[in-house]
Amino acid sequence: MIVCHKVSKFFAKHATSELTVVLDRVDVTVPAGTLVTLLGPSGCGKTTLLRITAGLITPDEGHVTISGARVEKPRKDVCMVFQNFGLLPWRTALGNVEFPLEVDGMPGAERKDVARHFLSMVGLSEHAGHYPHELSGGMQQRVGIARALVRKPVIILMDEPFGALDAQTRESLQQDFLRIWANTGATVLFVTHSLHEALLLSDQIVVMAAAPGRIAKVIESPVAKSRLEGNVLSHPDYAACRAELARCLQGGSA
Amino acid sequence: MSPVPLIVPRRSLPARPVPTWTKARRLLTGPNAIRVVSVLVFLSIWEYYGRAASPIFMAPPSAILKAAVELFKTGAMQRAMLQTLGPFCLGLLLTIVIGVVVGISIAQSKTLECVLDPFINALYAIPRVALVPLIILWAGLGFAGKVTIVVSTAVFPIIVNTYSGVRDVRGALLDVGRAYGCTSRQSFFKIILPSAVPFIMAGIRLAIGLAIIGIVVAEFFTAMSGLGGLIVEYSNNFATARLFVPIIVLAIGGVLLTEAVMFVERRISRWRISEQERF
Repeated sequence: MIVCHKVSKFFAKHATSELTVVLDRVDVTVPAGTLVTLLGPSGCGKTTLLRITAGLITPDEGHVTISGARVEKPRKDVCMVFQNFGLLPWRTALGNVEFPLEVDGMPGAERKDVARHFLSMVGLSEHAGHYPHELSGGMQQRVGIARALVRKPVIILMDEPFGALDAQTRESLQQDFLRIWANTGATVLFVTHSLHEALLLSDQIVVMAAAPGRIAKVIESPVAKSRLEGNVLSHPDYAACRAELARCLQGGSA
Repeated sequence: MSPVPLIVPRRSLPARPVPTWTKARRLLTGPNAIRVVSVLVFLSIWEYYGRAASPIFMAPPSAILKAAVELFKTGAMQRAMLQTLGPFCLGLLLTIVIGVVVGISIAQSKTLECVLDPFINALYAIPRVALVPLIILWAGLGFAGKVTIVVSTAVFPIIVNTYSGVRDVRGALLDVGRAYGCTSRQSFFKIILPSAVPFIMAGIRLAIGLAIIGIVVAEFFTAMSGLGGLIVEYSNNFATARLFVPIIVLAIGGVLLTEAVMFVERRISRWRISEQERF
């Protein structure tokens, strides 16, 4: 379970010493085993909130707790999937998946076995020896997902992971991710700016507004039950819920 | 553990073999064929006019070949090559070690950078040849002098490249290291250093060219031994055909060494080259 408690963050504006409020006393709760999306326009601080949860930056006020413990620095049971994949370009797909285990000091042979297992889970067992630049964007992010899963994390943080992909690839990755996630039971905090993606994936959608970054509304997704069957679009509540989300987003930016 | 077959593996089709005739045609009209023809034409013209010119000023390729065979037979050439190669190799090794260590140190420590960069900038600005008489005064005409001159001429591109390589590491990759809990030691060895390697290799390639200049200049000044010494000696004696032999040996050595480094560089830096092609 992730709890963000009155989290605020200020950034210094360029060339002035003036501070902008990036996040203004944000409260978010992600119940264990659920997938919650942070949905919002760019500049609403959703990525900042994710990075605070990851322990990459510290909040100026408030705090984040994971399973009851305050986040002060990156934790090893919290793994992150990055928007631009964040693969190490000099390592093969397998080498990238091995990376977290290598940091943990797991011996080589065991590490390779575990990494292979996770690479096959994302459908890339035949590309283990390929370098990131030899893989398509979709494949690269599959490697990114395998790398996040390899430590069997309690929490997965995803920063617009499918934002850099074309529409078809994005759809197949969303479906595959849902199936993989269903088998892990991890808690996921997912950042996106796509209404459809938020509806497709989440149990709960946290709609954020910009300037200052704050929460506009929290919506329980009515379509969450049918997401694994892949027929979210034809769900009777889809259109109404999407319209409501769009209204919340506009209300925030007005 | 058996993997859950959740997702169909991605497959690619095997490539169709290229027909032999197409390969042969590519080879005969390719850039390498043109290069060979160009060199052959140049040598023929040189041979033709070289024979007509005075042997004091010019020697045709055939005379140079004859001189080369003779110099290799007497063993004069081998001796000179060894005399040059020894200090050259040690100098290059020291250059790489010093360059990489200094480059990394000043990139990692702002204080050290401030301490050292006035000197590095000053030395970089001075033509290194101007320092040669001073180095000889301190380190002597022998082995130590040659090594010092090689290091002083060749070390700068490695320092500068290593520095920019370490500094160039994309923040995104450092974040990946931090997010996955790297210690600062791990993030240096697993992220910063590997991402600087292509820069370091490019620095080494530049340094080799400069090191060759350095060793020849050193031998010109000492004029006692090595390939540089032979050049001075033969030119003083107007032995023009012989004069070309050490020059050609140096050229061949330089090309081979640079090619070897470029080969290694291409293998190590493949990811970077293809990244640059894409963006």
